[in-house]
Amino acid sequence: MTILLDPTAERSPAHRPLAARLETLDGVTVGLLDISKPRGDIFLDRLEELLGSRGAALRRYAKPTFAKPAPVDLRARIAEECGAVIEALAD
Amino acid sequence: MALPLTDGLLIVVKRDCDTCHLVLPVLDELSDPVIASQDDPTFPHDGVIDDTELALSWELQTETTPTVYRIEGGEVVESAAGWHRGRWEAVTGVSGLGAGLPDFRPGCGSRIFEPDVHDRLLREHSPSALRSRRVDLGSAEDPFEAMFARGWSDGLPLVPPTEERVVRMLAGTDRDPDEVVCVMPPDLVDCTVEKVAVNAVMAGCLPDHLPVVLAAVEAAATDSFNIHGLAATTYFSGPIVIVNGPVAKRISMNSGVNALGPGNRANATIGRALNLVVRNVGGSIPGGVDRSTLGSPGKLTFCFAEDEDGSPWDSLAVERGFARDESTVTLFAGHGPTEIWDQLSRTPESLAASFAGQLQRVSHTKLALMFDAVVVVSPEHARVFGEAEWDKPRLRAKLMERLTRPGHEMLRGAAGVAEGMPPHLARGPIPKFRDDGLWFVRAGGGAGLFSAILPGWVNGDMGSRLTTVAIR
Repeated sequence: MTILLDPTAERSPAHRPLAARLETLDGVTVGLLDISKPRGDIFLDRLEELLGSRGAALRRYAKPTFAKPAPVDLRARIAEECGAVIEALAD
Repeated sequence: MALPLTDGLLIVVKRDCDTCHLVLPVLDELSDPVIASQDDPTFPHDGVIDDTELALSWELQTETTPTVYRIEGGEVVESAAGWHRGRWEAVTGVSGLGAGLPDFRPGCGSRIFEPDVHDRLLREHSPSALRSRRVDLGSAEDPFEAMFARGWSDGLPLVPPTEERVVRMLAGTDRDPDEVVCVMPPDLVDCTVEKVAVNAVMAGCLPDHLPVVLAAVEAAATDSFNIHGLAATTYFSGPIVIVNGPVAKRISMNSGVNALGPGNRANATIGRALNLVVRNVGGSIPGGVDRSTLGSPGKLTFCFAEDEDGSPWDSLAVERGFARDESTVTLFAGHGPTEIWDQLSRTPESLAASFAGQLQRVSHTKLALMFDAVVVVSPEHARVFGEAEWDKPRLRAKLMERLTRPGHEMLRGAAGVAEGMPPHLARGPIPKFRDDGLWFVRAGGGAGLFSAILPGWVNGDMGSRLTTVAIR
């Protein structure tokens, strides 16, 4: 493991904070990302049902393979099209 | 950490050393020597001191294996490195040692000086522990990408500031890592020697560069230089670092061919380190506090040395009141370079006229007194002035004369241009520069009848003054 010395005045946390949480699902497009592990689709189908009933618009995405990071273009598309994303791990 | 040393003879050896094998018969001729092995606790036999962690060797600062020490009262009183019969006999008090051995055989390098090992030992035994927050990277994180992600970079890759590298960097100064160099704007936080060292590592500096970086940081945070305003301005300028004195050669700075350009590690990394300190410690982030409309490439790094060898002139530092043999850093809030082309002038009058023509353009041809300038005079141009025995004050006076224009020409609206001097300032003749607003530095390659203007940011109390500090 690499340990670095912080070069800054240490006024912000060393670890990156979480992105701001959503206040509401109304009018928000939520991306559902299937990482292509078995039965991820079952989990995401159920989430789609539940979130849809609460007013969210939904879009489905899938990684080509769970073994590699999502391609840059896919990440960019999700960032452009969605206000939030849920990534499904499964098996 | 002081280890207790037992009185008597102590011999430091390692298996991976031919001379240690050579002296094995000698060890048997000594009465009860204590043997410590750096690499194998069974060499030369079981029961020796296991110094594979090298704590004892570090304590003794053992440079060579084998080394025999005589210890009295818990202190080393005498020692001999390698194999040298006479010296071993002197240390041990035993004569006739090693019959059949050559008189002399050099030893082997001690393990404490193996590069990775030495850094570890230096860190572990450093008297002043580093205080900076430790940032643990994830096992799958690429350190180079992690530094970009954390916002530490000026846009170029950084050297990861590991503890080992920072400790090594701090060896470049005898100042305490905790010493506060300055209160760094714009966030006004205490900037310690250690924080400067961390950023100097990231910039790619060598330890020898650190004193220059420290001086530059100190100069930047002075009220006269005013990095606070410079860091936030919408104008182009950034800190330009000019180094004078013996240090420039000692750390192989470039004052010759391509002096303002790329290719020299000291030039490139010292200037970069200063800007990284302003960014990371001071908190001046482009787009955040740094609101420069266009910026300039010099805000990544802009640092060079004056070529003082064979110069017909006093150096910038001497003009600033320092001795020739003092090493100094001068900071100028500026940008550029912009060009002075003159391949035909062979008299100082003609060349000064060319200089004046280009200097009139600093900021705007119809503005005066608000902006300073540094002129980097190439050796071929300096020679024209030198051969005519024009020193810097005379050149300055001539330029000031040529650059003084009637106020009505500079007035707002004059010549159909709205920009210009306000009416209350546009009376009488107006010199382009303040009395202390025009400086000269000799640098550049030996061929080329070109000099460079470094135009400045707003000067005086509102802006920045040229600031020189001694390097210590």
